[in-house]
Amino acid sequence: MRKKIAVVGDKGSVLGFKSVGFEVFMANTQQEISDTMTQLCKSGDYGIIFITEQAYVQIPKIIDEYKEIPTPAIIPIPGKDGSLGIGIKNVKKNVERAVGADILFND
Amino acid sequence: MALINVNPTRMEMTRLKKRLATSIRGHKLLKDKRDDLMKKFLDLIRRNKELREQVEQEISDIYGGFVVASAVMSPQMLEEALMLPKQSIDLEVGERNVMSVTVPSFEFIASENSDSDIYSYGFVATSGELDDSVAAVKNVLPHLLELAQIEKSAQMIAEEIERTRRRVNALEYVQIPDLQETIKYIKMKLDENERGNLARLMKIKDMMVEQALEAKRENSTNTLSS
Repeated sequence: MRKKIAVVGDKGSVLGFKSVGFEVFMANTQQEISDTMTQLCKSGDYGIIFITEQAYVQIPKIIDEYKEIPTPAIIPIPGKDGSLGIGIKNVKKNVERAVGADILFND
Repeated sequence: MALINVNPTRMEMTRLKKRLATSIRGHKLLKDKRDDLMKKFLDLIRRNKELREQVEQEISDIYGGFVVASAVMSPQMLEEALMLPKQSIDLEVGERNVMSVTVPSFEFIASENSDSDIYSYGFVATSGELDDSVAAVKNVLPHLLELAQIEKSAQMIAEEIERTRRRVNALEYVQIPDLQETIKYIKMKLDENERGNLARLMKIKDMMVEQALEAKRENSTNTLSS
């Protein structure tokens, strides 16, 4: 299956990814983000959607919906204002769910 | 433990015994599945953590580069330079089966393969910092894709492990003890019936013997008196 890669987030963060051929969608308000994401996920054309952490936190519903489906993979990346630690927190949450206790991050 | 509401009959017991055998087998299989998934998951999640830390660092650096570039150039120029990318990327999405969990596998196909020619702008109006940033984005690309694949896989496997563990526990702590107890209950009930029946038979036999004796005694008194 041929699919595309999308990047969603505020302009300053996502602009750079355009140069390598990702499809860039700029969204600032929660409404915009939610609309864009719904559209991208529903279309089925996208295999991976990278989204800035700042936007990621605003649409937990959509994220949950696509958690158990192979594509699209919704992956948070840090935005231009730095990392919120959400990506790592997700990894941690996965460990806790699967193992029952946190065995990777013992700090 | 709760008993299952059934009639205490031999047929019911055979049925329950069959269910118990299936449950025990299922329990063993699911337990093996859980253990194996866990092994795979731990490998994945370690790599996931490493990759994520690395990618986040790299992306932060890229933003730093773009900030510098946008400081040197006007924002309009920057946007214009990046507006029409030379390279387009297609993603080949496959599926991999990890212990009956379908996880995606990604492979990217870049339309423009020459590494040097990723700059979608002329060099006259742009700054060198932008070149560096774009090159950095290109370098981080393989890591980003690997991260996407591994993180999605880890997430799906984590869900599956949770589900499997719940099933294993339900079988181990509810289903199997329930069945065992119900089978025991039916067995006791049947045995009790058996004993009750035996006692009744003995009692009837006693009564019949008594009656026979009575009849004999009456006969003999009759013959004596006559």
